[in-house]
Amino acid sequence: MSSMDTSNLTKETLKRMFAEGKRFDGRGLTDYRNLSIEYGVSKKAEGSARVRFGNSDVVVGVKLQTGEPYPDSLNKGNLMVSGDLLPLASPRYESGPPGFNAIELPRLVDRAVRESGMIDFEKLCIKEGELVWTVIIDVYPINDDGNMIDASTIGAIAALQSTLMPELDESGKINYEKKTKNKLPLSQETLPLSFSFFKLGDSIILDPTREEEEACDTRITFGASKWNGQLMLNSCQKKGDLPLTQAEIEKIMQIIPVKFEEINKKLKKFL
Amino acid sequence: MRNEINEAHEAVEDSGDSSDTKRKIVVPGEVIVEGEDYLPGEGTRREGSKIVASKFGLAEEAGRVIKLIPIFGAFVPRRNNVIIGRVTDLTYSGWLVDIDSAASAFLPIEESPRFINRNEMDQYLAIGDVISAKIWTVKGKGIDLTLKGKGLGKLEDGFIFRIIPSRVPRVIGREGSMVNMIKEKTGCQITVGQNGWIWIKGPSTDAEIKARRAVEFVADKVHINGLTDKVEAWFEENE
Repeated sequence: MSSMDTSNLTKETLKRMFAEGKRFDGRGLTDYRNLSIEYGVSKKAEGSARVRFGNSDVVVGVKLQTGEPYPDSLNKGNLMVSGDLLPLASPRYESGPPGFNAIELPRLVDRAVRESGMIDFEKLCIKEGELVWTVIIDVYPINDDGNMIDASTIGAIAALQSTLMPELDESGKINYEKKTKNKLPLSQETLPLSFSFFKLGDSIILDPTREEEEACDTRITFGASKWNGQLMLNSCQKKGDLPLTQAEIEKIMQIIPVKFEEINKKLKKFL
Repeated sequence: MRNEINEAHEAVEDSGDSSDTKRKIVVPGEVIVEGEDYLPGEGTRREGSKIVASKFGLAEEAGRVIKLIPIFGAFVPRRNNVIIGRVTDLTYSGWLVDIDSAASAFLPIEESPRFINRNEMDQYLAIGDVISAKIWTVKGKGIDLTLKGKGLGKLEDGFIFRIIPSRVPRVIGREGSMVNMIKEKTGCQITVGQNGWIWIKGPSTDAEIKARRAVEFVADKVHINGLTDKVEAWFEENE
């Protein structure tokens, strides 16, 4: 909907404010809003979580199903991430075939989770070459007030961590009614997170509200994870017309470790 | 002052801050009063001898008439409403303006305060520019705007943001008392459009942020009686 686009005035004001290091809600440029996580929001899903960043609200569910492995990974399980930008979440989402954002969002979550090695896919193999588990992550934004990507990734890992495997009988049929006590084979060492940095003018901000997000020219998303105490970047995607300078990327690299610890600490409270 | 709008005439449906009338929060279907003496006003209906709410909002008695101020609701354009809009497109004969209503609004080139050459329309108003305009007509096809009037025209500097349109009367207050108080305390220029878009321009960034937070505070506490005192207290707290 066109009324969601920012006006020239608001963009200029935000540019000026960011240059002064100020934001409308009184946060610093790289401060996150209040994070809260709720588990078990869906009874039908094997694992689910609802993540809130201020007014942003996203529900993520995990379903498990059995299927054939891909020919290039006969002893590995599969991962699928799908997203649906419901029109109820924001006037800027329309119903109909998925748009650019509806394809990009789950893709970014997929890469952040997959490339971090959080899920041990080899343990998801039931019978090599014939039957493996497929993990399906569904992302549903409920209210979009900016920063959907970071919220969705946190939702995905929270949902994965709360997932319980359903019972599997000998013929290979799944009994969804009965959940076992087995959790998904997740690595305890690593915890993938994604960080979306937005650039407006010469300022870099984190966790924008919808208003700020729409005013920004450029976004860059990094998927980061920690392995053996070492912080790694697993994925990176840039959106927008304007370039980022080397100095800006270096600045972002300074911010990521600090924010990673901060979010990690907050997450541990909820797990 | 070019961008100043006379708020007094905007508060026609006077539902501003008034501590003498009693308001109560009602949900749709709730009986507000019983008795044949009362008349159903806006947002209410009569069912037998009862006056029943048809919206979620604040009900109040204005003499014999029961009025209801909805807490949520979209902007319904009416003639002579002063609104804030954003130019979305230029056409051969005028500008298309987004005013956050169901129908799109059109500003004909003839309705600008001075003569504009058709070839130089974008030098006066370009896409993304913000204007404060008056609704001239509301027809089945769409809404026509005019820029001819006091305080109407392109808004320069500052920023706009949105509140829920049905809360605009509360932000303006009785004869502009609420918005004038915020203006005084922060030193900002504020224009409140009937469509819920608010334009603020202040001497400093801090003053602008404060003015916006004050307006959002008022729009948030719309159901509270004696809000003027609360806002004064809020300003003292956030000094």
